[in-house]
Amino acid sequence: MLFFVVPLVTILAVALETGDSVNGFTLTWNFSIFPDALDQYQTQFVRSFLYGGASTVIALLVMYPVSYWIAFRGGRYKSILLFLVLLPFFVSFVIRILSWQFILADDGLVLGTLKDIHLLPDSFHVLSTPAAVIAGLTYDALPFMALPLYVALENIDRGHVEAAADLYASPTQRFLRVILPLSAPGIYAGVLLVAITNIGDYVSAAILGGPNTTMIGNIIQQQYVENQNYPVASALALILMLALLVGMFLYARAMGTRSIQQYV
Amino acid sequence: MRDQLDAAFFRGLTQPRMSRRQLVRAGAAGAAGLGLMGFLEACGIGGSKGTGAENVDWDKFWADQKKSGELVFANWPYYIDIHQGTHPSLDLFTKKTGIKVDYKPVIQNNAPFFAKISPVLKAGHSTGYDLMVITDGWELTQLIENHWLIPLDQSRMPNFKKYASPAVRDPRFDPGNQYTVTWQSGMTGIAYDPKATGRKITSVHDLWDPAFKGKVGMMSDDTELGAAGMLAAGITDQPNSTPDDWQKAADLLTKQRDDGLVRQYYDQSYIKALEDGDTWISQAWSGDVFQANHSGYPDLKFIVPKEGVMLWHDNCMIPLHAEHPVDAMEWINFYYQPQIEAMIEDWVWYLCPVPAAKEVIADKIGDPTVAKSPLVFPTPSVQKGFREYYTFKGVDDHQQYTEIFDPIIQS
Repeated sequence: MLFFVVPLVTILAVALETGDSVNGFTLTWNFSIFPDALDQYQTQFVRSFLYGGASTVIALLVMYPVSYWIAFRGGRYKSILLFLVLLPFFVSFVIRILSWQFILADDGLVLGTLKDIHLLPDSFHVLSTPAAVIAGLTYDALPFMALPLYVALENIDRGHVEAAADLYASPTQRFLRVILPLSAPGIYAGVLLVAITNIGDYVSAAILGGPNTTMIGNIIQQQYVENQNYPVASALALILMLALLVGMFLYARAMGTRSIQQYV
Repeated sequence: MRDQLDAAFFRGLTQPRMSRRQLVRAGAAGAAGLGLMGFLEACGIGGSKGTGAENVDWDKFWADQKKSGELVFANWPYYIDIHQGTHPSLDLFTKKTGIKVDYKPVIQNNAPFFAKISPVLKAGHSTGYDLMVITDGWELTQLIENHWLIPLDQSRMPNFKKYASPAVRDPRFDPGNQYTVTWQSGMTGIAYDPKATGRKITSVHDLWDPAFKGKVGMMSDDTELGAAGMLAAGITDQPNSTPDDWQKAADLLTKQRDDGLVRQYYDQSYIKALEDGDTWISQAWSGDVFQANHSGYPDLKFIVPKEGVMLWHDNCMIPLHAEHPVDAMEWINFYYQPQIEAMIEDWVWYLCPVPAAKEVIADKIGDPTVAKSPLVFPTPSVQKGFREYYTFKGVDDHQQYTEIFDPIIQS
């Protein structure tokens, strides 16, 4: 608790300070910084939630079938398959994103080849577009989505599924009415884990993005490190945190009736 | 059972009801809050003012210093000669002077590096570096104004006085070379791939050519970005530019972005984008293009636009509280010999601060490509195009500048 509260209060204090790097920053209870910062960086906030949300949904849609297949059809290869899903994550995060930059370059491995055989117009590009940023975020989220999903699916009592079959439920009905509801805890935990990390991410936008794809994480980083504008950076960080908390709370109200511990 | 408990808990959170007991509790929290106020007040971040070394008798300081046999040198990556993992120039220095050099290529960019060392200097501690290389710009201005640098001992640098090019003597950002001497200089001009653009590039305005939509690389550093904008707006005397001029430049840059011309605002990675074909035309640093030409991309061209080219200097300086200042001075003096400069220049390929190194590279090292390159030893016609950057007058001035240019990049 100490390691959480003290930094948090410090950030709040810094956000309410005014000054500059030469004369120092002093506490002036400058609460107007919150509306000001929110107003100035509204676009980036909205964009962060859009990108973060989109990447979470895509990661869920991609990883659910994969986790399902491993949990139900993996047989004795389950652990190996799961390990394969996690394997890329033994490579550093930044290196992974950088290699996407290399793969998706305009004249690179993929686009270059497609352009050479005239499947794509010369001016086509993926990097520097919102799609590239969302793809980077999604890619990075895959294992964090896969693990909780796998655990939830693996824990489903196969007896329930069989019982449904005995009661003449079709495969679709079995999935929709038995497996999907029983895996809800995994979906809940996976979405939570991925959405929170991705909304605050800045690496993907910095490396794969271009103009008009800046996320709020990039702004915080720039204000803090490059401009040494600590109050604005702190205020933005707090707003982001608050927004995430509210979002999480609403999500918990809508989706979760049980505590998170029970899900994971 | 547990489910019910949780549901009640959530309801409690969403429905503000205040009982008498809670009121008492809130009162207690308020009292604790008073203690918190004190804590909050204490969270103020100190400024850099008054943390530097003012009113120091530097003559006496230098008279008291002794050579220690050690030197910690912070520099940028790929900014010194490398031969099979060693640095021959540094090895030669150790052999001649007995000073061991701990060479650290740790500086990736001025602002983040400054953000790392400034809290240390503010607290009055040593950064651990005896010598560091920083570009003329806002960070260097702050280092000088905060008195965070040790003035160089002018008597210990005879080679600088003898061999330094007029271009690096007595620069506008450090009159009389009181604190700095140039490590290397460079130009920020335009690089392009003639095959992709299909025509010769001659002007800064080509960065605004609609034919290159989505294929233009600009720099994310606001000093570089602003300078290009000002050149395009016809403002060549940038040291005397005004906020009105900045706004004119920013308007042009915003239009360039909104018309979809800009592919991305790059840091050092702009050169890779050019090599990969992500961009066709880009703001560029002279040395990078020369290096790219010799590492598999011979087509890329660097040009000095007719509006001029921005000239910058990366400078060696001794941070305050450095532990081995005499050793740092010895290296500065050693570096400014033509034969040492030539060794490094033949590898680094930026603008050489010692003109006499040209003959050494041509005759002794036998590398006419470098010796003849106008990007390393600029011809008078190139020199005519040199333009200087704006020097910030203080923290407010700098803030006004960033407020004008940052929104372009932060979109």
